[in-house]
Amino acid sequence: MAVVKADLEACQGYANCVVGAEDVFDIDDGGIVVLLRTTINDAERSRVEEAARSCPVSALVVEDQ
Amino acid sequence: MARTVIVGASVGGVRTAQALRAAEYEGEIVLVGDENVLPYDKPPLSKALLAGTTSVDNVGLLTREAAAQTGIELRLGSAAVGVADGAVRLADGTELPYDDLVIATGARARPSPWGTPPGVHVVRSLDDAHRLGTALRAGGPLVVIGAGFIGAEVAATALGMGLTDVTVVDPVAVPLSRVLNEEVAGVFGDLHAGRGVTTRFGVGVTDVREAGGALEVVLDDGSVLPAATIVVGIGAIPNDEWLAHSGIPTDGGVLCDSHCSSVEAPHVWAVGDVARWWHPVYDRYVRLEHWTNAVEQAVCVAHNITHPEDLRSHAPVEYVWSDQYDWKIQLVGRTGGDLAHVRVDGADPARSFAVLYGDGTGRFIGALTVNWPKALVTCRRALSRPSTPPSTVGDVQGLLNSARQASRPTGAGAR
Ligand SMILES: Cc1cc2nc3c(=O)[nH]c(=O)nc-3n(C[C@H](O)[C@H](O)[C@H](O)COP(=O)(O)OP(=O)(O)OC[C@H]3O[C@@H](n4cnc5c(N)ncnc54)[C@H](O)[C@@H]3O)c2cc1C
Repeated sequence: MAVVKADLEACQGYANCVVGAEDVFDIDDGGIVVLLRTTINDAERSRVEEAARSCPVSALVVEDQ
Repeated sequence: MARTVIVGASVGGVRTAQALRAAEYEGEIVLVGDENVLPYDKPPLSKALLAGTTSVDNVGLLTREAAAQTGIELRLGSAAVGVADGAVRLADGTELPYDDLVIATGARARPSPWGTPPGVHVVRSLDDAHRLGTALRAGGPLVVIGAGFIGAEVAATALGMGLTDVTVVDPVAVPLSRVLNEEVAGVFGDLHAGRGVTTRFGVGVTDVREAGGALEVVLDDGSVLPAATIVVGIGAIPNDEWLAHSGIPTDGGVLCDSHCSSVEAPHVWAVGDVARWWHPVYDRYVRLEHWTNAVEQAVCVAHNITHPEDLRSHAPVEYVWSDQYDWKIQLVGRTGGDLAHVRVDGADPARSFAVLYGDGTGRFIGALTVNWPKALVTCRRALSRPSTPPSTVGDVQGLLNSARQASRPTGAGAR
């Protein structure tokens, strides 16, 4: 299991994460990332990590729980 | 052990190396970069880094520790100068044999055709941004030649740094009217003018000359603009000349098939601004200078290197953003001055709106979104779901209208 963390100060609302994993990330009306859930199982980890790496301002990390 | 050599250590190269490890590539990875600095990101160079509101530490793409931990060997400070007999040759004479070669040498700023006396700048590297930042802190006037995204960002940043005399020159009467239709493109000219930038659109530059310790920009209507600093933002040229005589064909970028593999040379791939690959949906060669494309193409190439039996095509939905003043401008998919379009207002139509573009049948193919995060997400979702039936412009317009209604009570004018 892993957890996703978001740096809400850094987020610029570019929405690459939403395209990469829309079951985990959304963007609110103010343009800031919303974590739809924070726990990630092993099977989906690489997909969510790829979505996190697509953030232009490195606002997202996936870490071991 | 297998070895992948990646040439070019910016976002395309770094992300390829990381994506190879994520795809459980077990061979050696050597990342070659000509600059003698750790890999860094380019978008901030015309924005926060230029303004001085962020530092080099915050724009890094890969630390030495992270490289060591993931088994990425960094070879910085020596340019690749050629490829022959399955090896990359570096300027310092080193030969790096490869099993797979990834070309990620990006692009450079198109140089000033009017010469480069001191005070004339381009913005592509960290050094460029530092030099320009120092020049701007000494005061204006600043003349920006070229009203594309980079030129516009530099003008906006300079104003934010306190310069008061900033002029943007562009030979096109309505800059951006090739990628956007004219009345929409006009909004951006108005944005600059409204913030205090002098816009000189529809006039060309005929000369840049030195004049008693300062500079002058001569325009083709005969007027002369005094300048302390000039920024030339007139596009970029792919860095592919080093591949001459390598047997790797180039034509304004490395020519690749839809898998981003060289059309001639086996086990040679290209990623990012230097790649000109066959886009399987558009049925033509495409080269993009967008950050997100470099990242997605890196993932595609890493997959293809590690899964030769299951090659993927690279068929991205284009995405580029530009941040100017407090405006967030985004282009998704295909947009163009000659396409049918509808404008949808956001909660505060003076600053938030979307423009939806359709093909001849009304199918939704691209959008401009301005200061409207929900619209950006809606458009990107509608364009990136290949499994569902394509949306029409009308569908997306309906979604955006509901999004605006839903955000009205609390969201109007927020941020
Ligand atoms: C000022 C600026 C602002 C931008 N803003 C945005 C933005 O807001 N949004 C957006 O989507 N995109 C933006 N971009 C575009 C985005 O940064 C590029 O698309 C992206 O950097 C492409 O990455 P790349 O790795 O393909 O190429 P590059 O970033 O060009 O990197 C190529 C690297 O290869 C090195 N290299 C070149 N030749 C050799 C050689 N022979 N041997 C070894 N190394 C070599 C170069 O020094 C460079 O480090 C901006 C670009 C610039 C310059």
